[in-house]
Amino acid sequence: MHRLAQRGLAIASTIALLAAAAGCSGDDGSGPGGAAVPGVTDTEIVVGTHMPLTGPASAGYSKIAPATKAYFDYVNANGGVHGRKITYKIMDDGYNPANTQQVVRQLVLQDKVFAILNGLGTPTHSGVLDFLKSNRVPDLFVASGSRSWDQPDKYPGTFGFNPDYTVEGKILATYAKTNLAGQKVCFLGQDDDFGRDSLVGVEQVLGAGAVAVKQTYVTSNTNVAPQIGAFKAAGCKVVVLATVPGFTALSIGTAARLGFKAQWLVSNVGGDHPTLAKQLGAAAPILEGMVGTNYLPMQNDTANPWIQLFTKINKEHNGDAPFDGNTVYGMSVGYLFVQTLLAAGKDLTREKVLQAVQKGGFQGPGLVPLRFSEKDHSGYGGHRLSRVTGGVQSYFGPAYETDEADGPVKEYTAAPVAPPANGVPTVS
Amino acid sequence: MDRFVFLTIDGLSRGAVYAAFALALVLIWRAARVVNFAQGAMAVAAAYVAYTVSAATGSYWLGFVVAIVAGLLLGAFVDRVVMRHVDHASPLNPVIVALGLVLLIQAVLGMVYGNEFRPAEAPFSRSALTVGGVAVLSPYDLFVFATIGVVVSGLAWMFARTPVGLRMRAAAFAPEVSRLLGVNVGGMLTLGWALASGVGALAAMLVIPTELGLHPHAMDLVFVSAFTAAVVGGLDSPPGAVVGGLVVGLLLSYVSGYAGSDLTPLAVLVLLLAVLLVRPGGLFAPVAARRV
Amino acid sequence: MSATTAAVPPKQRPDDAVDRPADRRRGSTLLRHLAIVLVAGLVLVGVSYAVEPFRNFQLATVAAYLCATAGLTVLTGLNGQLSLGHGALMATGAYTVALCQNAFADRGMTGGWLLPLSLVAAVVSTVAVGAVVGAVAARLRGPYLAGVTLAVAVVVPALAVTFDGVFNGEQGLSVPVDPPPLALGPYFPYERWQLWLTGAATLLALLLLANLIRSRYGRTFRAVRDDEVAARLAGIHVARTQVLAFVVSAATAGLGGALLAVLAQSVSPGAFSLTLSLFLLMAVVIGGLGRLTGALWGAVLLVALPDLTHSVTELLTLSPAVAQRLEGNLPLAIFGLTLIVVMIAAPGGVQGLLSRLGRRLRARRS
Repeated sequence: MHRLAQRGLAIASTIALLAAAAGCSGDDGSGPGGAAVPGVTDTEIVVGTHMPLTGPASAGYSKIAPATKAYFDYVNANGGVHGRKITYKIMDDGYNPANTQQVVRQLVLQDKVFAILNGLGTPTHSGVLDFLKSNRVPDLFVASGSRSWDQPDKYPGTFGFNPDYTVEGKILATYAKTNLAGQKVCFLGQDDDFGRDSLVGVEQVLGAGAVAVKQTYVTSNTNVAPQIGAFKAAGCKVVVLATVPGFTALSIGTAARLGFKAQWLVSNVGGDHPTLAKQLGAAAPILEGMVGTNYLPMQNDTANPWIQLFTKINKEHNGDAPFDGNTVYGMSVGYLFVQTLLAAGKDLTREKVLQAVQKGGFQGPGLVPLRFSEKDHSGYGGHRLSRVTGGVQSYFGPAYETDEADGPVKEYTAAPVAPPANGVPTVS
Repeated sequence: MDRFVFLTIDGLSRGAVYAAFALALVLIWRAARVVNFAQGAMAVAAAYVAYTVSAATGSYWLGFVVAIVAGLLLGAFVDRVVMRHVDHASPLNPVIVALGLVLLIQAVLGMVYGNEFRPAEAPFSRSALTVGGVAVLSPYDLFVFATIGVVVSGLAWMFARTPVGLRMRAAAFAPEVSRLLGVNVGGMLTLGWALASGVGALAAMLVIPTELGLHPHAMDLVFVSAFTAAVVGGLDSPPGAVVGGLVVGLLLSYVSGYAGSDLTPLAVLVLLLAVLLVRPGGLFAPVAARRV
Repeated sequence: MSATTAAVPPKQRPDDAVDRPADRRRGSTLLRHLAIVLVAGLVLVGVSYAVEPFRNFQLATVAAYLCATAGLTVLTGLNGQLSLGHGALMATGAYTVALCQNAFADRGMTGGWLLPLSLVAAVVSTVAVGAVVGAVAARLRGPYLAGVTLAVAVVVPALAVTFDGVFNGEQGLSVPVDPPPLALGPYFPYERWQLWLTGAATLLALLLLANLIRSRYGRTFRAVRDDEVAARLAGIHVARTQVLAFVVSAATAGLGGALLAVLAQSVSPGAFSLTLSLFLLMAVVIGGLGRLTGALWGAVLLVALPDLTHSVTELLTLSPAVAQRLEGNLPLAIFGLTLIVVMIAAPGGVQGLLSRLGRRLRARRS
């Protein structure tokens, strides 16, 4: 009897304790005037993101959000946006969808962020789409090439950033079709939407059945020798890789030790040369000749004014962290977000931001156009090809744009724009 | 047939590493009746020490030796500073402490070295030598087989022939009697932890160059495979660990080569069930003594 | 110590030994448990109005985890079977609820009774899986049982990728859930409704579990844990008891997983990885093995500790370079260190510590 009463008491007291803890932190975020926009005051805009900062998936990706934050700090130091400073709350979800649920709710419900920016990962971010929609939180520039972000009717507040994997597959396959005609093309993809969508793009261009050997891998099995062995046995000459960086390095390394030579065509996701070279160490020369895709300025192109700007910001506001493709990516996201805020006007609301993104017309570091419109919420719509020569990854040929359906792969000829003099966009 | 030979050799060379790692688990289980879930993280920590030393001196072999020494010391440290103070009344307590160690070690490694992959060099070429058009063993595979062969036979000799090995066995199986006979049971336990951790570090040094690279989580998947191998072989049996490791390595290679890599976890479960339903104590369990 | 007993709580509960007439006890126990559940329910409703939406959601998550930890503590603490695979059982429940809710939504069916139906389906399917795993588990002991359940924990999420036609691979499924009933008003906060739903389901599960523990079955669970041979001599069918314990535990884990899916409105294999299974085990041991209150502490820790350690690290002001290193890692380090220290300082877990404190206070007072 006594014990049971105790147990009830314990339960009740736990709940009371939690409630008390909640009470302490419960009264923030109520801006002036009552009907204020969440996360926006006269002096501040609070934005949040979820990123893998720890765990096996964090390699490389953990550098994106700090770079974005560094760009915001730079803008803040230059007076902010319409007099408001941007506060960027970075939450670690370890690439675990269950954690994403928690941290995104914390950002939206407790920290009362104005928007979620650049949340990373397909499985992680898919799980919070409905929550963000029902809370009317702008869900901007999701960091993944899944096609799920482009559903304006179902998720009006969600917008992509990366070119989707099908677009990329089509462009890589076009290269194979025109420059490596008649050679046997094979495909290795991750066993999820990344690999599947990419293969759709490749077959869209080459024709169904034109890919001689199709293999998949799962991230929980770090031995790709069976797959590479199958390519070798089939005599593949060209291999398209829809792989994350670790598995790109692993695949090319495995091929080298099995004595299998091929022309590698690598997805943007897994084709950042500094990342791969770092992982391969002394074996990095095997990456020579690898063809990849990208849609942002190349991080080693020191003549590019965007790279000069981002390098400077990286020095001043990011503790001079190693500068690579992820840094460029993070800062480009920051630049686009600042452009969006400016376009939304001084009287900032969530609706105005969404309208501003849908209106589109953003010119920034990207080499290809952003596709935003009322009917299209996907991000960049193309790629430019790059090749590793003499240990340096650099662009060659024109940029291409295409869509995720059966549209043609066209050259995109508009000249890239230069950044504004002080590195902060102005109202266009 | 070519493919079969290729997959077999590929499976054996990975299986050899699982075997070494499973052996480390068996060593601790026999000495302390603890499944050391922190084995993987401890081995990675030793590998990071080796990385630092190799990077500073430019010598792979110095790093290799330092990794094993670091593994030995870390094992002794974990036993003396942590595990010794854990209440072993419930066998779950050491398991939870080991899981806590995993979190702590991986987080500290992440803080010190960052969560990026680091290149792990192999001391010999990993390019396979071809015999009759079929890629067979690489020099590195031979190195792995030789190293693990030396470790397994060395341990077998130690436990069977040397006084210290016999004392360790006695301390593990009958601690009270051993203590009465003047065996330093606590010291033997620490020695067991150190040895196991040293073997684990060695296995990590061998396997990481064949994986994605050095990373705080580099041994997570290897741990799962090696634990499976130890269970299949029987946790009380060092030969069982070796056989279990090779069996698991072959199975993973055949399944991902012939059926698809997404089926490998299922294949591992089927193997475990097939073995344990027939022999609930693993392949090499001592026969049928009823243990209560 | 033998490999037979996977787990023995350090202290027997004093009331285990007390013998009271069975019939009188059963009736009054049920009533007492009912009263506690009613009080807890009322407190929960009150709290749901007092706190902000995010805390409501956190409490709802605690409730969902509590289902799973309570089941696990019955299995591991009371029956002595170690399971590293409860995350997989939760996944089974979660995917069942997702498939049911999607099937209902596709057919255009709506109504308040659909969600309970899906939850029941989730429990039933998890019971089926639990029975299979339990039948295997009953033959195995100690680390061998750990090995098989670990493999289960790895396999079940992987199946979602293998059969991606049904489960949609890594991306997972969304779980359509109806908004709160209109009777509660047009602006009823969704998170409060979520807390009510999960709270009600969890309290019901706890009520059933608490009664089971106090029943004849609960005693056979403990008897098998303490000494299999003695239990067999006393006429207890050991294997059957172990399977029953596994099934009961699986049912609550399945319900917990289903509730998590309803809360998140989505399921994906990444949320039910091996890490979850290991964290569940840590939670019940840290909370205090073999006690439902211990399971409650464990569930609270699962939700609160990451949040708490994150807040602690946020308080430190650091240069960007140092902050990037510590970000994410420091909370994990603190969590790991806490686990180790608690297990060394208080092997009975939080509940063991509290009982000790309570006893000391009472001793001083008398």
